[in-house]
Amino acid sequence: MSDEYKRITPPLTDDVVADLRIGDKVLITGYIYTARDSAHKRLVELIKKGEPLPFDIKGQIIYYVGPAPAKPGYVIGSAGPTTSYRMDPYTPPLLELGLKGMIGKGQRGKEVKEAMKKYKAVYFEAVGGAGALLARRIKSVEIVAYEDLGPEAIRKLYVEDFPVIVANDMYGGDLFLEGKSRYRKVG
Amino acid sequence: MREIEYDLIVETVKNLAIEANSVLDEDMYKVLEEAYEKEESPTGKEVLKQILENDKIAKTEMIPICQDTGTAVMFVEVGEEVVVKGGHLKDALYEGVRRGYVDGYLRKSMVKDPLRRVNTGDNTPPIIHFDIVPGDKLKIMFAPKGGGSENMSVAKLFAPAAGREGIKKFVVDVVDQAGGNPCPPIIVGVGIGGNFEMSAILAKKSLFRKIGERHPDPFYAELELEILEEVNKLGIGPMGLGGTVTALDVHIEYYPCHIASLPVAVNIQCHANRHKVAIL
Repeated sequence: MSDEYKRITPPLTDDVVADLRIGDKVLITGYIYTARDSAHKRLVELIKKGEPLPFDIKGQIIYYVGPAPAKPGYVIGSAGPTTSYRMDPYTPPLLELGLKGMIGKGQRGKEVKEAMKKYKAVYFEAVGGAGALLARRIKSVEIVAYEDLGPEAIRKLYVEDFPVIVANDMYGGDLFLEGKSRYRKVG
Repeated sequence: MREIEYDLIVETVKNLAIEANSVLDEDMYKVLEEAYEKEESPTGKEVLKQILENDKIAKTEMIPICQDTGTAVMFVEVGEEVVVKGGHLKDALYEGVRRGYVDGYLRKSMVKDPLRRVNTGDNTPPIIHFDIVPGDKLKIMFAPKGGGSENMSVAKLFAPAAGREGIKKFVVDVVDQAGGNPCPPIIVGVGIGGNFEMSAILAKKSLFRKIGERHPDPFYAELELEILEEVNKLGIGPMGLGGTVTALDVHIEYYPCHIASLPVAVNIQCHANRHKVAIL
């Protein structure tokens, strides 16, 4: 890892988000939260009922991951990103509450991209299927909520130099569309 | 008749599950290195670099390549002369999966039913395709299949008039629509013919073939290469961030079909092309 990486630490401010552009390689150090399908469903149900979330979401980054169990001597098992579009229906209300960053894999829907512009947020791509590599950058794990969901429980992770790429920025930039059109050789 | 111990089958499946999830076939590391050399996009290269590093860590430390250690899919060929001693074959296969996923620290990703979605806790049940074959051997082909790539798979029943070109366009469109979701660079498994369910099973089975190995029938071998070329023109690239390596290979399997039908199924495999075979 060299200087070509931007380094950030959550909670993220608007200024930090404003500096991130699609294609930027970023290293995250600090606390991030995990949540995937079932946890998102529960978070949005709480929002609908007007109840508080199990953690303060303002400025935070959510990582879409359901880790494998830790082998003895390990902090966490393999922990790469899961496919993000499944979280799309639940994402705009979280952005409205101040969520600033998301880590996952794969393209996002139109509503999410619009909400990212509106609420100034960023979507990072971590390399899918690089769960063994990414787990090494996770230094501590604490279950915050929904332990009954097993791999889908909400965890607070301390990460060091966690490598991601900016895939969608707050300006409406979309690396999936841009990258694909740049290398596309068919109509 | 030849007797095979129930416990031996359990132990074999357990080891298949653990090894398949941590160690790729030797040729896959080379294939991914070649992809790294070939890729034109700097972001694509960065992604492939991380994938290569990841796969080496997983192999060295015997930890899963990917946290999605999959649904346990097995193609099992049972020799007609085989008798399982000490229990039932199906029970042994289930127990092997259970032990592999629990004792091997693999993720349990199966839910009891698709709508109420409570985890089974041990990654059973597996999905098993049995075949009865001549002989006294038991062959177990094990593949942990991740949800991300499986979700991007599609089956369609065409009218025969769609022909070769219709199929080609369909497969390329499925890959194009999937974009970065199935963790490219992918392997595209295509099942043509049979009927509705057979086409999907053929597509899944084709994924066991080695990268670069062509269909023995030159007609289908040529179609595989044509689709591969088209897919790699799509620009999707590693993890969908743009690039020239979208697929590592295309594998087609076919089966005779009804005069009225042309079933086609596309099963997508992510770059963590995990499978392992044992013969008892």
